[in-house]
Amino acid sequence: MYPFDTAPLDLILGVVLLWLLIGLAGLARPTSLRFVSRVLFPMGTVGGAMLLLVAVFAIRVEPVSLVLPLGLPDLPFHLRLDALSAFFIALVGAVALGVSLFSAGYFRQGEGTVPGLLCLQYHVFLSSMVLVIVADDAYLFMVAWETMALSSYFMVTTSHKIAEIRRAGFLYLLMAHIGAIALLLCFGVMHGEAGQYTFDALRSSALSPFWASAAFLLALFGFGAKAGLLPLHVWLPEAHPAAPSPASALMSAVMLKTAIYGFLRVTFDLLPTQIWWWGVVTLVLGLLTALFGVMFAAVQSDMKRLLAYSSIENIGIIFAGAGLAIIFHAYSNPHMAALALVATLYHCVNHAFFKSLLFLGTGSVLHATHERSLGKLGGLIRNMPWVAGLSLVGALAIAGLPPLNGFVSEWLLLQAFLFSPGLPNPYLNMLVPLGSAALVLAAALSGYVMVKFYGVIFLGQQREEKLREARDAGLWERAGLAWFAMGCVALGLFPMAVILLLDHVTLPLVNFTLSAAISGSGWLLFTPVAAERASYSPIFFLLGIAGTLLVTFLAVRGFYHGRVRRSAAWDCGFPEQTSRMQDSAEGFGQPITQIFEPFFRVRRQMPDPFSRRPVYFKTNEDRLWYWLYLPIARANERIASWIGVLQHGRIHLYLLYSFITLLALLLFVR
Amino acid sequence: MTLDIFVSFLSQLTQTLLVVLIAPLMLGWVAQCRAWMQNRSGPGILQPYRVLFKLLEKDAVLAHNASPLFRSAPYIQFGCMVLAASVVPIIETNLLFAPAADVIALVGVFALARVFSALAAMDVGTSFGTLGARREMLVASLSEPALLMVFFTPLLIVQSSSLNTIVDTLAHREFALYPSLAFAAVAFVMVLLAENARIPVDNPATHLELTMIHEALILEYSGRHLALIEWANAIKFTTYCAIGIALFVPWGIAQAGGWQVLPGAILALFVKLGVAGAGLALLETISAKMRIFRAPEFLSMAFMLAALGMLTLLLLGA
Repeated sequence: MYPFDTAPLDLILGVVLLWLLIGLAGLARPTSLRFVSRVLFPMGTVGGAMLLLVAVFAIRVEPVSLVLPLGLPDLPFHLRLDALSAFFIALVGAVALGVSLFSAGYFRQGEGTVPGLLCLQYHVFLSSMVLVIVADDAYLFMVAWETMALSSYFMVTTSHKIAEIRRAGFLYLLMAHIGAIALLLCFGVMHGEAGQYTFDALRSSALSPFWASAAFLLALFGFGAKAGLLPLHVWLPEAHPAAPSPASALMSAVMLKTAIYGFLRVTFDLLPTQIWWWGVVTLVLGLLTALFGVMFAAVQSDMKRLLAYSSIENIGIIFAGAGLAIIFHAYSNPHMAALALVATLYHCVNHAFFKSLLFLGTGSVLHATHERSLGKLGGLIRNMPWVAGLSLVGALAIAGLPPLNGFVSEWLLLQAFLFSPGLPNPYLNMLVPLGSAALVLAAALSGYVMVKFYGVIFLGQQREEKLREARDAGLWERAGLAWFAMGCVALGLFPMAVILLLDHVTLPLVNFTLSAAISGSGWLLFTPVAAERASYSPIFFLLGIAGTLLVTFLAVRGFYHGRVRRSAAWDCGFPEQTSRMQDSAEGFGQPITQIFEPFFRVRRQMPDPFSRRPVYFKTNEDRLWYWLYLPIARANERIASWIGVLQHGRIHLYLLYSFITLLALLLFVR
Repeated sequence: MTLDIFVSFLSQLTQTLLVVLIAPLMLGWVAQCRAWMQNRSGPGILQPYRVLFKLLEKDAVLAHNASPLFRSAPYIQFGCMVLAASVVPIIETNLLFAPAADVIALVGVFALARVFSALAAMDVGTSFGTLGARREMLVASLSEPALLMVFFTPLLIVQSSSLNTIVDTLAHREFALYPSLAFAAVAFVMVLLAENARIPVDNPATHLELTMIHEALILEYSGRHLALIEWANAIKFTTYCAIGIALFVPWGIAQAGGWQVLPGAILALFVKLGVAGAGLALLETISAKMRIFRAPEFLSMAFMLAALGMLTLLLLGA
């Protein structure tokens, strides 16, 4: 089965080492763009490909562990590779492959950080994510986790001369650390005997339901802050647009997934029991996050912010699936738990592929046009057919349209929602199917978002004169985009292959494999529960549409003609049509603000009808800023000012404080 | 075994072709009924066919900046609609293609066609095209969840998401009344009106610029492309009617293998489609088109009704 001579964990560490070396090599000639992009990034691609290959095979082998004599004395690094971590490693490898390929042609001279330094940050970021996933003790996990946060912080602030980007970076760092504190506390709660923090020790620690719940809630908070779960999402739409596109792609596609990995690891592996209400909390938060994300995505006018909000939506869907899996697992319904878990993991991969594709696509558009605002783009399908064509695949996939990959995971998740037969809790039995209503609303609105995204950027008339000079992406960039587009198609057409791999992941976690139910229906037909219950065949689906399309085309051409005349657009006979008459991004989002107005904090200024210089503006802000974050910030300031009373800057006062403290200690602590 | 597959292939082909061919007739019948109810003589029920043949003869006029996406969208829409028609059992429940797409995938096919039509409308970059695309996607993003919720009620009753199995079970087991299905049926009719651009959400006869949704989407199309889109929409309308029949009045749809019952099944189909068409014409005659921002209220009502149906089912078990 496993074709290599070296053990999988060693190979994975080899790739980590390779990446770190590539990063350091970038420092050798930091200003040489040619060296970095033509030599180092392609080498990084090879690392990604190796990682993908090794991990895909490693999913099927028995877990292996390793102790590295690194780190503090008497506190070595423990590493372990099981099916769950191998699955996420494969995800890192697949995304790193495509993004490095793209990056080889992406970076330009004179954009923020020098190329060599960027190369170092990029590869340290990749390596730290791999280490997070293979970590087998809390110590290495936190070290890698913090390295990941820091290296990505530096990538977010690549263009640090812009104040807004520095602010975004600070917010990101702040949220990352609040999350990290929660994780530290979580591991502290779960501590093993005699202060052991290897995952094995954590697994065997006997926790009362109260402390298990405390650990779970801390994990939900900590990993949720990293993943962008409501209400901890605020950093995401600021940080993702600030980073260069390959970094945004990596953050959105992989870094958010490491949070999902950590969450699944803690909930399903480390914690001894699962309690049903954990699942309900996760499910409800996930669904709210999904709806919130998609609504805000619909009203954005910056293309990368739009994608960042769409990431929030997808994270919500993933958490909803995880919550469902917890509920089923807690009620010991292994079949449904496996189904929900498979849907969750499948959506992780899908999101990694289509979101990388779209983020990289916006990168190409950004370089070709120097424009991020949707209101100044348009019509790029004519100048950039490659980017437009490949992005179309990503847009259709993210909108959850068959036969592409986004549909498969949403379909699986809906099946898990609907076939929740006889949970012992009557309220849940009723509410879980209703949760599917929120999910389908989010999925349908994401179609709206993607029509807006694709239509405003690539279709229509060009809104600015300079767009005529836009050039299509180079070969490296196209190759990177094509890798992700092919992934979207393949993951959509061959779900069975993925399910068979995921079986190895679900077996240790929930003691069930889906293929036990599938067996007999063959690879053409996709039946996760039972053939008579639900089936979907992407191949037949595609063949059906393609066949009809071909027959129709031939019939129309055969019986009639293929004559075409070109003329000016009709538009109900309006003689003058300028590009300003198309919908702007704001216009396209307007119905959503109108319908879902309570969710937004809308500020509008209408011009006076007699005004000589009419000014109109409208902003849609996040209410949570005003309800949650600003009060916390203000309270923080107030407390700080109270404490500040103590500060006078006179040394004898400080000596007095020390003296009083000493006295108090002597009195009370004896 | 091979004979079985052959028979079921034949049955599949016949049913799909039947829907594709009678689809314009269905539109003509509704228009004719409407004309009668409004005291007009009407163009006759064959009018849609004449329009199609006229359009196919004509040259296709494309805008200067129309991209390949614009030219391929009509074919994709047509392909999607034929696929949708082919998974809905209308005469007998022995469809070869049924396992390829369940009800969720069926909603996905409609969504695929719609996204392409919206993208194609934005392609030329005219004011009405983008307006149509925005409105269409708005209506769709609210009606699509409602449609799925409608499907979920029978799905939960039968515990299967395959339309074939649902119809098989609902039509051929002991007669039982499901109050939940009544809610779902009302919601379904509302979704049908919205998705097929009928009054009160849209007006198929309008060319009044500011009120149109669907007509704005296809404003730039002409010739064979327009013919394909119109035909695809006729198929969509007929398929929706067929879905409604299959879910809510399935009696008469034959089970696999009985040649003797086929004439009865075909007769039942035509009677049901005729009644459905007349009923829709009546609905359209007595209601007025609503403002675009009333449409979300209409659709959220449909969504709530469908959710209520599901809740009824879960509470009462019926």
